[in-house]
Amino acid sequence: MSVIATEELTKRYPRVTALERLSVDVPVGVTGLVGANGAGKSTLIKILLGLSPATEGKARVLGLDVATEGATIRERVGYMPEHDCLPPDVSATEFVMHMARMSGLPATAARERTADTLRHVGLYEERYRPMGGYSTGMKQRVKLAQALVHDPQLVLLDEPTNGLDPVGRDEMLDLIRRIYTEFGISVFVTSHLLGELERTCDHVVVVDGGKLLRAQATKDFTRTMGVFTVEVDTHEDGADGTDDAYTALVGAGLQVERDGRLLHVGVDTETGYDTIRDTIDALGVGLVRLQQRRHRIAEVFQSPQTEKETADA
Amino acid sequence: MPSSEAAHQAAPRGTGVIHDIGYRHYDGQRGGRRQILRALYVHSLRGVFGLGRAAKSKIMPMSLAAFMVLPAAIIVAVMIFMGADELLVPYTSYAIIVQAVPAIFLAAQAPQTVSRDLRFHSLPLYFSRPLTDRDYVAAKFAGMTSALFILLASPVVILYAGALLAKLDFLDQTGDFLLALVAVLLLAALLTGVGLLIASLTPRRGLGVAAIITLLAGSYTVVTAVQGITYELGNEKLAGWAGLFSPMTLFDGAQVALFGIEPNTPAGPPGTVAEVVFVVVLLAVIAGTYALLSLRYKKVSHS
Repeated sequence: MSVIATEELTKRYPRVTALERLSVDVPVGVTGLVGANGAGKSTLIKILLGLSPATEGKARVLGLDVATEGATIRERVGYMPEHDCLPPDVSATEFVMHMARMSGLPATAARERTADTLRHVGLYEERYRPMGGYSTGMKQRVKLAQALVHDPQLVLLDEPTNGLDPVGRDEMLDLIRRIYTEFGISVFVTSHLLGELERTCDHVVVVDGGKLLRAQATKDFTRTMGVFTVEVDTHEDGADGTDDAYTALVGAGLQVERDGRLLHVGVDTETGYDTIRDTIDALGVGLVRLQQRRHRIAEVFQSPQTEKETADA
Repeated sequence: MPSSEAAHQAAPRGTGVIHDIGYRHYDGQRGGRRQILRALYVHSLRGVFGLGRAAKSKIMPMSLAAFMVLPAAIIVAVMIFMGADELLVPYTSYAIIVQAVPAIFLAAQAPQTVSRDLRFHSLPLYFSRPLTDRDYVAAKFAGMTSALFILLASPVVILYAGALLAKLDFLDQTGDFLLALVAVLLLAALLTGVGLLIASLTPRRGLGVAAIITLLAGSYTVVTAVQGITYELGNEKLAGWAGLFSPMTLFDGAQVALFGIEPNTPAGPPGTVAEVVFVVVLLAVIAGTYALLSLRYKKVSHS
């Protein structure tokens, strides 16, 4: 069953087209929506919540029509906005409880669910303090808690990792994963970073300029998207090893793209990683760096390697 | 207070082991729009008096409420002590006499009621739930009106109790008292409309407070000055009509028209046509500010 289904969804504003004939099917599980800023992600969320009518096309959320059943959708869905939305002079407990009441929960249930939910997102004693003193990570957790407090069937998370440091980002991504695996709530999460969604999501939808670029299961994605950055040391005699490494890696049958001292190596099999290591080792130069590359969307879809992969598929 | 109660329950947890009982789904009762609207109304009404909020939020509204009823209590004490045979201050005059208090109350609390959600961008959280922008406006308007009604009606109730204790005529007093409650409700709605509309236009609290005070106090001062001068110059008609241009004199003119009382301001509406106009304008201002407020939130909810 799909939790979100859009058909030729189009949203035009007087000056700009935010979405153009977007047809996607989002299954149960964790799905990432990737796109650069201004790709139409927030517009799509607004349409899915039934808050903004589509210019053309249809969309269904949990089987309900966004045009006519918006109120029912909003009862069953949780939403975490991208921007800051927390009053600084109120505690997390008071705020989330109020939001639970605003979802229709009776006072007692709202209190219990607030305590439970805040614990699940990892807020403990600090939840009684005014939110003005919270770190960005804590604020993001409160925003997530208010989206979960009424036990929705689906949550829409708009850029939940925005503004977080690497550790906070990883914690947030783990939490997002748990929302589905432990709580059984489907997640539709947006980000402008493909790399971070690859790990967390079962499916990834990529949009650009309001158009669908690609939608597929993450495991297919990572297979074609595995790009490693390799940097090697100089030879013992001081000669640059990069040229040799380039030749050797190409010789090993890998797709290599040179970028100054960096080599971007496309890997499409599980053993590719070992091939890089063994090839460099055989050269006798020091391996300075071997890291998985974090893509930006534009790069992914413009690099010749992925174009070839897409054409093959 | 719910938060202190919860803090109490959590206290032993800090020292002991945290038991993760896993995620539990909620399959209990869920209220629809109407229940949510009611919850937001109660929340707003309580919020105006600072209830359910930090102690420091209670100081301003509670002390203003005390200032509102204190003169009434003194009047009642004097009445009983003197054995007066009529009310020293008519029910319908009280609000006009102490008008600075409800004005400051409105200026302080209207921005608190509506501009917080604007300033902290919390509105999308409301509108991503079943509640609509219209429900939001209805709950906020009703909450503020109720709060002002409580503020304005309390001293009237004290005066009424005093009148009964002083053994004034029961039927006369009860009739006047009930009319005064209706009048006070109209005033509460009028002040709410003006106050919330101004507050909703700016997310900045200070600006909202200043704008409301300026409008209420400024217009009243100018209008009553104009009324005083034109009255002295012998133009009673002009003096009466001038009352349309400030919320307090407009209200007074309308209650003169509706209940046949003496005007509490330098000049009441001149003649029957003027009386009808005052009532119509009063109702139009209430309805108009409500409509503009709805429009404002419709725009905000779609942005």
